[in-house]
Amino acid sequence: MAQVTLIEAVTLALAYEMDHDAAVIVLGEDVGINGGVFRATVGLLEKFGPERVIDMPLDETTIAGVTVGMAAQGMKPVAESQFEGFMYPMLDQIASHAARLRNRTRGRMHVPAVFRAPWGGGIRAPEHHSEANEAIFTNIPGLRVVLPSSPGRAYGLLLAAIRDPDPVIFFEPKRIYRQYKEEVPDDGEALPLDICFVLRDGNDVTLVTWGAQVKETLEAADALADSGISAEVIDVATLKPLDFDTIHESVRKTGRCVIVHEAPRTAGFGAEIAARLAEHAMYDLVAPVQRVTGYDTHIPLFRLEMKYLPSVQRIVAAAQQTLAVS
Amino acid sequence: MTIAASFEIEYLQYLDATGKATQTDLPEFARDLDHMVDLYKTMLFLRVFDTKSIALQRTGKLGTYASCLGHEAVYIGIGSAMQEEDIFAPSYREYGTQFIRGVKPREVLLYWGGDERGSDFSGPIHDFPWTVPIGTQCLHAAGSALAFKLRKEPRVAVFCIGDGGTSKADFYGAINVAGAMQLPLVAVIVNNQWAISTPRQAQTGAKTLAQKGLAAGLESLQVDGNDLIAVRAAMDHALKRARHGHGGSVIEAITYRLSDHTTADDARRYRDDAEVKAAWAREPMLRLRTWLQLAGAWDEQREEAWKVQCGQRMDEEVNAYLGTRTQPLEATFDYTYAELPTDLVEQRTAALAAESASH
Repeated sequence: MAQVTLIEAVTLALAYEMDHDAAVIVLGEDVGINGGVFRATVGLLEKFGPERVIDMPLDETTIAGVTVGMAAQGMKPVAESQFEGFMYPMLDQIASHAARLRNRTRGRMHVPAVFRAPWGGGIRAPEHHSEANEAIFTNIPGLRVVLPSSPGRAYGLLLAAIRDPDPVIFFEPKRIYRQYKEEVPDDGEALPLDICFVLRDGNDVTLVTWGAQVKETLEAADALADSGISAEVIDVATLKPLDFDTIHESVRKTGRCVIVHEAPRTAGFGAEIAARLAEHAMYDLVAPVQRVTGYDTHIPLFRLEMKYLPSVQRIVAAAQQTLAVS
Repeated sequence: MTIAASFEIEYLQYLDATGKATQTDLPEFARDLDHMVDLYKTMLFLRVFDTKSIALQRTGKLGTYASCLGHEAVYIGIGSAMQEEDIFAPSYREYGTQFIRGVKPREVLLYWGGDERGSDFSGPIHDFPWTVPIGTQCLHAAGSALAFKLRKEPRVAVFCIGDGGTSKADFYGAINVAGAMQLPLVAVIVNNQWAISTPRQAQTGAKTLAQKGLAAGLESLQVDGNDLIAVRAAMDHALKRARHGHGGSVIEAITYRLSDHTTADDARRYRDDAEVKAAWAREPMLRLRTWLQLAGAWDEQREEAWKVQCGQRMDEEVNAYLGTRTQPLEATFDYTYAELPTDLVEQRTAALAAESASH
């Protein structure tokens, strides 16, 4: 059993599925001999050859459209976008076709594809390399949007994404690509694509988050514990479709909820969770829902980016605010 | 200075606007007059279909409809050259090609009549549905061609794009990847001179649209898109090359949109009657009919008899379309995913409850 980082878990999952399903191919920019700019596809070219690990011409629109075409003809392409900030040219193909072909043809055709991208800020990268644009995709019917936050969940959820008969947007939090290693059995076991993961049990407040922010949120839970506050931490992991039941169950217990995400606040996915709490959990709540998010600005270049991303301090303060209400 | 590379674009025509052969040797298929009569009859049916569809829209029995008037030679030329196992990725007016591939007229009507089941058509299961976002289908064809190449299947992907569509990144991306990877792809540019109100010369400074294919490394030529024989011959050649692994082609078919862009458009706002009148003199039906009549393969009597048959068939198709019941509301939900997520199950239940409460 191997100790692997999150990005190594991505590579393991890709290799496992390519080994077991000849229809799975990987395509993108520099995914072949270079092994991907983050090395997510390292070793795949050597193992599976250039017909299954395809270096594409440098055009995201082409990568997305070709992915739709291949998937519609029975292949299972896993397309890599080098950064989430370069996915905008893919949007037409993803929204108008990948997400829609099944519905448009009443099920005659479908798109069993995965669109992978390193996601989020915090790695001192150049402009346009640090976006948190997941909410754009969660508003598109027909997609699944997945954002793992640990090596084990990256492995299991990526396998599930590739096996899913519908298109999946698979965002990988690049800030924690190599944050730590954990044991991940390379046994081909997928994780369910429609559940949230409770990472820490608690009774006083529910902290809901996803992606790299899981790190700060768990640290905030530690800090709160030091002052006698028991925080439950939920990693949403699959944003669409949302497993609201797990969040609701926790809030029933705690009566308080803080939603943490690094994307801008307005119409960020936290707004959806807050709206559902308002619809279904109003009488379970004893304090207003708090959101700790990126600001409604562009993420600054890297000298200031850590001040933009939600900090442990901001999360703790928001949790304390919910507890100030009794 | 020396020349780094030089290129030329050939123009292919067999029948001129008067129906006179412009080349001494015709392709093999064109010497089979029975076959040519069949193709002419399909073109004529397409025109009857188009006229009837517009009439349905005008009388409130069809939604917005995109006419194919004047494009008959291009679409029948493409369809008659393709194999069933090839894939076709259309924009949204290539009914002629699709009829040959098994799509039923009633299914076209169903689509423009506001029902998704039109795109679950009787044509090959692997053919793409009508594609409204301009040019996006080019890449679906390229992706299909890549799948065929990887699986070593002797199949070809064919897409159609308008003159306006060749300005889109998707078009450039598709021909570029086809050239870079030597994909079995045939791109047909249906240059009908107008992208709604924008004329061909406003789309690009390029002298021909075909030459865009040269930049991508594809075999590229222009054909008289109103000459069925020229379109078919170019398609036969391009499909054969692609099927044998020799790479992709771009065929620019020069034709004219004799109709409005769609029934929601009024082309009199932006183009001269004189231009349209001149275009009618070059339209594709008359020249083929003249040629067939001179060869003794067709006459007035057969023309009239076939028109009657076309009208009868269209009546059947229209009746079938008008008799198709609206899908139940749950159909809005049931094709969003292979399996309905819990979220959507709840919304579906609520929608059905709201509907039954309103009855």
